[in-house]
Amino acid sequence: MKALVLAIGAVLLVAAAPTVLITDLSQGQIDINTRFKGADLLVFGAIQYPAGAVPDAPADIAIVVRGPVAPVTVRLKDRVAGIWINTAAVRFETVPGFYAVATTQPIAALADARTTAIYEIGVGNLQLSPASAASADTIRRFEAGLIGVKGKAGLFVETPAGVVVTRNVLYRARIAIPAAVPAGDYVTEIHLIRKGRVIASSSTPIVIGKSGFERWVYVMAQEYSLAYGLVAVAAALMAGGIASALTRRR
Amino acid sequence: MDIYLPIAEMSVNALVIILLGAGVGFLSGMFGVGGGFLTTPLLIFYGIPPAIAVASSATQITGASVSGALAYWRRGQVDLKMGAVLVAGGIVGAGAGQILFRQLQKLGQIDVAINIIYVVFLGLVGALMLREAVTALRIEVRQAAGEDASVARPRRHLPWLAALPGRTRFYKSGLYISPLAPLLLGAAVGVLTVIMGIGGGFIMVPAMIYLLGMSASAVVGTSLFQIIFVTAATTLLHATSSKSVDIVLALLLLVGGVAGAQAGVRAAQRLKPEKLRLALALLVLAVAVGLFVGLTVAPQSLFSLDGGI
Repeated sequence: MKALVLAIGAVLLVAAAPTVLITDLSQGQIDINTRFKGADLLVFGAIQYPAGAVPDAPADIAIVVRGPVAPVTVRLKDRVAGIWINTAAVRFETVPGFYAVATTQPIAALADARTTAIYEIGVGNLQLSPASAASADTIRRFEAGLIGVKGKAGLFVETPAGVVVTRNVLYRARIAIPAAVPAGDYVTEIHLIRKGRVIASSSTPIVIGKSGFERWVYVMAQEYSLAYGLVAVAAALMAGGIASALTRRR
Repeated sequence: MDIYLPIAEMSVNALVIILLGAGVGFLSGMFGVGGGFLTTPLLIFYGIPPAIAVASSATQITGASVSGALAYWRRGQVDLKMGAVLVAGGIVGAGAGQILFRQLQKLGQIDVAINIIYVVFLGLVGALMLREAVTALRIEVRQAAGEDASVARPRRHLPWLAALPGRTRFYKSGLYISPLAPLLLGAAVGVLTVIMGIGGGFIMVPAMIYLLGMSASAVVGTSLFQIIFVTAATTLLHATSSKSVDIVLALLLLVGGVAGAQAGVRAAQRLKPEKLRLALALLVLAVAVGLFVGLTVAPQSLFSLDGGI
């Protein structure tokens, strides 16, 4: 910790012209193993101002952690002849498997809608690429539905006041990664916002991957699916046989 | 005790899954049903994705049926010839079911389709079994009272079955019928095995009794025998095509399931078959009603997500 403070101090002294964000993560790699119940990711760092001149006005920070994108089909249920069945669907091509944003203030207070949309700050500003000929109104409804379902699963999260800034230089935020996150390449983006404008950004990769037994099982199922199926059947037969033998002897 | 499932990609409480397996395993041993018609809906209710619940429950049923089938095998209550014919039909049916499953998935109606098929089949079979069981119990009561019960004597098997060509003897089943009938029955149940993630025992057992007219002693053992092979084939189909078999989930279910099945077989020996059938009928009907209510009640979220497809 002391070394970190010294390092940040040294960097601050030799600061060049633009404002720079220096970021580190509590872990750059999150392993999904048998005991995985989610993880707490600590994002922290410092703002390096030109010539080390720390302004008096407080800075706003937005920290975004996003997962790999994948296509998702959103289906809407409706009552047909008394039962609820899927009646309409809209496909979104680029839905992040996980998206969390922590900010110093509510997103609407950070910057205007255009700026937050450009930087995709806030779940409402994600560019999900709907692939449908439906009206803009319909797509908006499905988008809200998608965000609602993802939000309930803890996979789309907004935390206003989730970022703590100390003395206008140091910042940190804790991002909860739920157990249901997909494995893949993640990225942490940090934006420094002043007077409604993004004046500095930084981005740090994180890898969330299955490790050990979980990884082995997953790779087997994907790459050697026939062998995997045979092993599953054999394991099931053996378990049944063993139990039968045990209870018979008793 | 939380454990992460590698294929379902979620963390579950291992104890809950084991207990679920034990409860279903008990019924499996008792009634000679795979218990999948309970496992699959319960897993989905717990939050396991439907495709993974269906596939993994098929794997679990294989194991759960082994201990039950062996127990019946030792008592000589398995008709191997009948079982082989049913398995042959079942594997053909499973292949056809896989194609149907894919089509429904593409249409985005797989979850509703699974539920409707459940309600229809469980409702129909449950109602038939209930009627039969109640009739059987009434005859018994009348006999006990010394009345003439000959009026309600059940017929052996459907008349048109005897008309099918190539009749052969199934000794343990006490039948002399064409193998085409059990082959078709096996195929029909095979389709359902793939789509519903069930062994099909709750359809197979009454069909063997009321359609084929098999002798009651061989029914449950033979049903368990065919379930082992058809669910094993289903596991392979799911593992290779949709890669949705979660071996950890299946083994957790099995840990509880195998013990429960043994207890179930013993419990069944102490109970009258008529009463067993009545209990199974009521259970099947209860699940059907529960699922039907689920279809008609407004869902918590009108939107659902479907990744990948």
